Amino acid sequence: MVWEGRAHVFGDNVNTDYITPTDYMSGSMRSIAEHVFEPIAPKFHEVFEPGDIVVGGENFGCGSRRETAPKALKVKGVSLVISESFARLFYRNGVAIGLPVVTAPGVTDAVSDGDSVVVDLEAGVFRNETTGKSVATEPISPALRSVYEAGGILEYYKRNPNKLTLE
Amino acid sequence: MAEALLASASNTERVRPGDHVICKVDVVMTQDIHTPGITYILEKMGVEKLYNPSRVVVVLDHEAPSHTVTNATEKVRIREFIKNHPGVAFYDVGTGISHEVLPEKGHIRPGELVVGSDSHTVSHGAFGAASTGLGDTDIAYALATGETWFRVPESIAFDVEGSFSDHVSSKDLILYIAGTYGTDVARYRAVEFRGPGVEALPLDDRITLTNMSIELGAMFGFTPVDDVVIKYVEGRTNEPFDPMYADADAEYAKIYEIDVTHLEPQVAFPHDVENVHPISEVDPVDIDQVFLGSCTNGKYEDLRVAAEILDGYEVAPTTRFIITPASREIYARAEREGLIRIFNDSGAVVTSSTCGACPGLGMGVLGEGEVCLAAQNRNFKGRMGHDKSEIYLSSPATAAATAVTGQITDPREV
Repeated sequence: MVWEGRAHVFGDNVNTDYITPTDYMSGSMRSIAEHVFEPIAPKFHEVFEPGDIVVGGENFGCGSRRETAPKALKVKGVSLVISESFARLFYRNGVAIGLPVVTAPGVTDAVSDGDSVVVDLEAGVFRNETTGKSVATEPISPALRSVYEAGGILEYYKRNPNKLTLE
Repeated sequence: MAEALLASASNTERVRPGDHVICKVDVVMTQDIHTPGITYILEKMGVEKLYNPSRVVVVLDHEAPSHTVTNATEKVRIREFIKNHPGVAFYDVGTGISHEVLPEKGHIRPGELVVGSDSHTVSHGAFGAASTGLGDTDIAYALATGETWFRVPESIAFDVEGSFSDHVSSKDLILYIAGTYGTDVARYRAVEFRGPGVEALPLDDRITLTNMSIELGAMFGFTPVDDVVIKYVEGRTNEPFDPMYADADAEYAKIYEIDVTHLEPQVAFPHDVENVHPISEVDPVDIDQVFLGSCTNGKYEDLRVAAEILDGYEVAPTTRFIITPASREIYARAEREGLIRIFNDSGAVVTSSTCGACPGLGMGVLGEGEVCLAAQNRNFKGRMGHDKSEIYLSSPATAAATAVTGQITDPREV
């Protein structure tokens, strides 16, 4: 699996209240998606294009367990989130709903806002096409690959009703 | 502790950190905000019957009662879902906040695995349950199949020595831990709070620690399973349970030692739970609203401490004080013990039991430029209302003292 896009870089501890502010939570997923990152990056919408890649610092997606956070990013058109590290629930929700989430320690030192980047999971590498820098990505745990490759746990359930097989 | 519980839930002799296991879920909880999303996913999955309705609990607590037509209509759908799934335990608006209601109503037992559609589901680790929040899709999967997956976490421990001085509490300890070790110290880990400083605490105050272990990034939070816990649970359920304990030679990724003897009240500044300062280093800050409530600080013990400080005083004229008991049961006890009268006489606003002001849903939202001191769990930007409002976090005692003076105040000085 290979993704290519422009990077939108965020700092450490981006919480789910920042990704999907409570004010818009009663709206449709489409309208929630229009307000992602608003408290910390109000101009995100002007520069974002579908297919772009979100780069996070440490503990991306911390705070409330709202699944709307990865969902809104997926609906917005974010192709992948790559981060120094993830909060457990954001990572888990990403797996569950089929938003690719990839851990790559050191990634924020290798990229600036607007750089063109490539993430190649098979090769296990994040490559910054603008600067030539690259960073290794952590492999998706083989145990979760079945859920991941199905595109989320819903799709997984349709293929394997009543059975979760990790081996 | 986490390894013992997950080995049991996955029917495996022994599990190690990093293992992925499939677990049988004992209790699934959903609350009003996420139930519509979960039922929608269940429909998409084609699930008509839940795996075990008698082990499902639905609590309407976040926007309760509803204050918008949209939300009221959502709740109509939730009540229809309840009708269509007989056997599900259902607690309508006013019963209280799920994390308080579940143990009160006998749904929480030591040794069991609990998942909920709310991050503060970690609370129930105070009862020796492996308990944690999951997203809508994972919850829907657990409702349909009675199973979920976990990556077995590493464990860390905080060994707490000494005893708290007057007007200093477990809330100050958990803020101190967040400030000193960071909000990712327990990320993807289980955290155990142990030692004489924890064992001496009433159950309500232990819950403050497990509840806010999610603020340290934890998957599970635990306090000791002792007679206090066993007695409480036996008083609430007739179902048998089998408590589990950490092995004597259990391995910890790290053990931290803290002596609370000289710990002073702590305050988290906007907009991050780890932005913590001891109160002696806090300059006076004018406060528009003080809030005491939430699953973290709406417990009986929290209200009692606040009432003790507030008794005989009035809330400062430039400040409003909102108090939300975490459950109807707590409300009733606070009424019997005279706390509600103290609150009301002081000019505080006592509300029905709901998450309410803490996540900015319903009464008590903040306007532009307003500053709030809250005995609750999170102070993220915009959480309680306007993006340009500010939230400080403190203990119930500091909240009550601040309500009296209108400025952030050391409760030891009132």
